[in-house]
Amino acid sequence: MKVLEIRNAEKSFDGTPVLRDVSLSVEAGEILSIIGPSGSGKSTLLRCATGLEKLDKGSVSFQGRFGMVFQQFNLFPHWTVLRNVTDAVIRVQKRPREEALQEGRALLARIGLADKEQAYPCQLSGGQQQRVAIARALAQNPDLLFFDEPTSALDPELTQEVLRVIRSLKELRIAMVIVTHEMAFAREVSDRVIFMADGRIQEEGTPETVFASENQRMRAFLSQF
Amino acid sequence: MSLLQIVAELWQSFGVTLQIFLVTLILSLPLGLLVSFGRMSGNPLLRYPVSAYISVMRGTPLMLQLIVVYFGPYYLFGISFGPAYRMTAVFIAFAVNYAAYFAEIFRSGIQSMPKGQYEAARLLGYSRSQTFFYIILPQVIKRILPSITNEVITLVKDTAFAFTLSVMEMFTKAKALAAGQTSILPLFVAGAFYYIFNYAVAYLFAYGEKKLDYYQ
Ligand SMILES: Nc1ncnc2c1ncn2[C@@H]1O[C@H](COP(=O)(O)OP(=O)(O)O)[C@@H](O)[C@H]1O
Ligand SMILES: [Mg+2]
Repeated sequence: MKVLEIRNAEKSFDGTPVLRDVSLSVEAGEILSIIGPSGSGKSTLLRCATGLEKLDKGSVSFQGRFGMVFQQFNLFPHWTVLRNVTDAVIRVQKRPREEALQEGRALLARIGLADKEQAYPCQLSGGQQQRVAIARALAQNPDLLFFDEPTSALDPELTQEVLRVIRSLKELRIAMVIVTHEMAFAREVSDRVIFMADGRIQEEGTPETVFASENQRMRAFLSQF
Repeated sequence: MSLLQIVAELWQSFGVTLQIFLVTLILSLPLGLLVSFGRMSGNPLLRYPVSAYISVMRGTPLMLQLIVVYFGPYYLFGISFGPAYRMTAVFIAFAVNYAAYFAEIFRSGIQSMPKGQYEAARLLGYSRSQTFFYIILPQVIKRILPSITNEVITLVKDTAFAFTLSVMEMFTKAKALAAGQTSILPLFVAGAFYYIFNYAVAYLFAYGEKKLDYYQ
């Protein structure tokens, strides 16, 4: 079953094409990584998929719910960690409060922040904040999670703790679309990898095939790492 | 007239000053928020008139505005509301004047909020009004509280402009007492009242700022 299908997506900013006829679908439980040079349209693709930007042409269809984890976390600084994770569940999804809090605490335990539920985001490290953002997205019970460079704002040692949490989500069988510059991680965690350049999907396949591709752009891109 | 009598007389008229102060705040803060929405509106038919209103309120003397609000209905339409309208005119003039200042403060606070807060809220399913009232406004209030404090302290002193319409607030009263007694003492006492009032206001707002210090 497909949880996401994007057909013939096109998007320009001020006449400059950023997405050129991008089509892609994600199966339930599948982990898809998107790699590619900066400016190639990866974020725009995610923003169009989630509805934060409007496509000029093409279509996006979802089966079920999705959540998003941003590069800059975008936690709500005036709320405690627990409220960040549970407020939308209670206020938007109208789930019973006690149940939501219980699930929220379980999620915080899962990401290793059970003792921080009453802390405010500013009291946490960047890595901890990003883990809270992941818990917040998970609390929505998503069928699909988008990650836009979840570790790009973090120091190397904090990067690893966030990658460990993302890796541990595999067992939840939630589909994930991960834009990342962590090549080793993408290769190891993904079922499928997409290489984007100039607003187009240039290569697509299993990590083995994509990372072994002879495509010039791909080789040039990988040589930076 | 003894000092004690002067204090007692001024204390009575201080009630009017306090009333002007409180009514102005209660009216102009929500009104200012509404005006800031108009000022930021995507619709030019709303945005331009609201910008003009803010500009005129901030660019002309409060004293002149008081007179226009009080005498305007008579000179423009021949309507006379009688002396009871004095106080109402003071409330209206102060509220629309301060709303313009507060609107600009709200606007700068709202526009300083990072886009990511709106985007995260939207993807979590919050409605526009939920996003504004639960997520954006509380953070805006923290950011703008120092500017609001400044305006409120100015308002304490500006209440004295109600003398323009001969409303018996503390300053009008102090002037009358000083003239009657040919003494400057009532004016000094009034000054002390304003100073203490402002001291209390500043203390209250500093307390509020401290309360909001728990994040960032
Ligand atoms: N809101 C926007 N307005 C104008 N240009 C944009 C906007 N968002 C992205 N772009 C441009 O689109 C191109 C692709 O950006 P982006 O999708 O962020 O790439 P990536 O995430 O792959 O680095 C870039 O050239 C960027 O400057
Ligand atoms: Mg990007």
